[in-house]
Amino acid sequence: MSETTTNNQAVDESTDPDLQAEFDARLAADQKVEPRDWMPEKYRKTMIRQIAQHAHSEIIGQQPEGNWITRAPTLKRKAILMAKVQDEAGHGLYLYSAAETLGVSRDELMDMLHTGRQKYSSIFNYPTLSWADMGAVGWLVDGAAITNQVMLTRTSYGPYARAMIRICKEESFHQRQGYEIMLTLCNGTEAQKAMAQDALDRWWWPSLAMFGPPDAESTHTAQSVAWKIKRETNDELRQKFVDMTVPQAEILGLTIPDPDLEWDAEAGHYRFGEIDWDDFWQVVKGNGPCNRERIAHKTKAWDDGAWVRQAAVQHTRRASQASPSENLVLSPSDAGAA
Amino acid sequence: MTPLLTYVLRLADDNLIVAQRLGELIASMPDLEEDIAVANIGLDHLGQARNFYHYASELDPDGRDEDQFAMERSEREFLNATLVEQPNGDFAQTQVRQFLLDAYQVPLYGAMTASADERLAAIAAKAVKEARYHLERSSAWVVRLGDGTPESFERVSRAVDYLWPYAGDLFHADDVEVELAESGVAVDPATIRPTFNATVAAIFATANLTVPDEAYVRSGGRTGFHTEHLGHLLPEMQSLYRAHPGATW
Repeated sequence: MSETTTNNQAVDESTDPDLQAEFDARLAADQKVEPRDWMPEKYRKTMIRQIAQHAHSEIIGQQPEGNWITRAPTLKRKAILMAKVQDEAGHGLYLYSAAETLGVSRDELMDMLHTGRQKYSSIFNYPTLSWADMGAVGWLVDGAAITNQVMLTRTSYGPYARAMIRICKEESFHQRQGYEIMLTLCNGTEAQKAMAQDALDRWWWPSLAMFGPPDAESTHTAQSVAWKIKRETNDELRQKFVDMTVPQAEILGLTIPDPDLEWDAEAGHYRFGEIDWDDFWQVVKGNGPCNRERIAHKTKAWDDGAWVRQAAVQHTRRASQASPSENLVLSPSDAGAA
Repeated sequence: MTPLLTYVLRLADDNLIVAQRLGELIASMPDLEEDIAVANIGLDHLGQARNFYHYASELDPDGRDEDQFAMERSEREFLNATLVEQPNGDFAQTQVRQFLLDAYQVPLYGAMTASADERLAAIAAKAVKEARYHLERSSAWVVRLGDGTPESFERVSRAVDYLWPYAGDLFHADDVEVELAESGVAVDPATIRPTFNATVAAIFATANLTVPDEAYVRSGGRTGFHTEHLGHLLPEMQSLYRAHPGATW
């Protein structure tokens, strides 16, 4: 990676044994790592990769839900959905800010997203084909995200952990809203109930895959657990999610699309079938149903906005040259009265 | 329909249609801050629309609710001004449309807080605070674009030329509004035009833009005579609701 570091960062490529010992002691004592603390370069890079991927996921995640804003079936649902998509943009904003504390700029991160050098969650490469997907995405995708994110409120990097506390509060609200959409559909007409089942059928397996590859095959898990970036493994989190979600599906009267799903009374867990990892990796590699559209939409918005950003910069430059001390904020109510 | 119900639906429809237009833009703005802003402003307009529809529901002899007003009426029954149904176009067109609407709504709601109708006064008291914030934002953008680069100046000038005639539709008053204004219920658009003109003149001067000459205004939105654009916006908005008659969502 080529991210630059700014001078307020404690940059040290060497492995000074004293600094390393201090860092290790900090983690052992469950204290947070803060932006000015020394940290191993690999830790910094891992943190940037993870926070950026999370931020990108929030931004790209606006698209599948934004897809239904104009067609929401009631004004109340339209308002809730708009607020939710707005929350996601807000999450993106504070996650990019958290990443910036590690010495990388938002513009660099955007560029890495647009050019495919950094990823976003593969779940957003699936299409939202019916209104029930607004329910299923909230219930399952946000539900899976929260399972992961609650753990991240205790992650070792301070700014990320603090951002996650706020994000989790809003995400759990979104998850309840999604479940409530499903509940309403399941208590509705036959067509609505069929819509809900179809959405569950399509979102169940991709949601399980959101936790990432099995522990045995995960390239990042072991190191991330050692650094206390992750506090639980992919498989542990996935199991937690399944145990939480299966009873919720029963309340809805929907069938989880897994013939191998069964309750293991002895272990106190639901056992579930094999995830199709080949398909998962195809989606990660760019061959999901919507990969091209998602990035094309994002880069088009960015490119189309170039002249707007240039105009804003040019105006600010000119205004500050004309009257450096003047407040640039306009007050049209005053202007109108003049 | 009683004159008051007609008037309240005009107010509601302006806000719903512009909210729908802003909703089309989410995740398509020039930067993250603008994505957040467009959702925020869209939500404000949607909230104002719903407040007016709730009042309309009480006034309606058929007791239609907000969704019936939004989803079951046809193009010819919508009473919004033609300005708000104009397409988003480029960023300049979106911001100029918003600016013209904001410059109208600030004095409209300001005057409406003194309405003899308590419900209207209460809705306006909340809405005017939002409208002032919207106007501050859209004015700042008009100035940035007008006083930005040659390209942004060109684009914002084109947007003003395109949208200016539609702004006139906001001020069209028929007997419904004139009579309600005489009884102190409605705001006579003629009384807020000077404030609108002053806001436009001041902001355009700062933005190096020329205020177009008084265009001939082909009014129509207030009586359900729209441009062709509304006939594309409504089917999209109403498609799911209409596909499942009587369903609860």
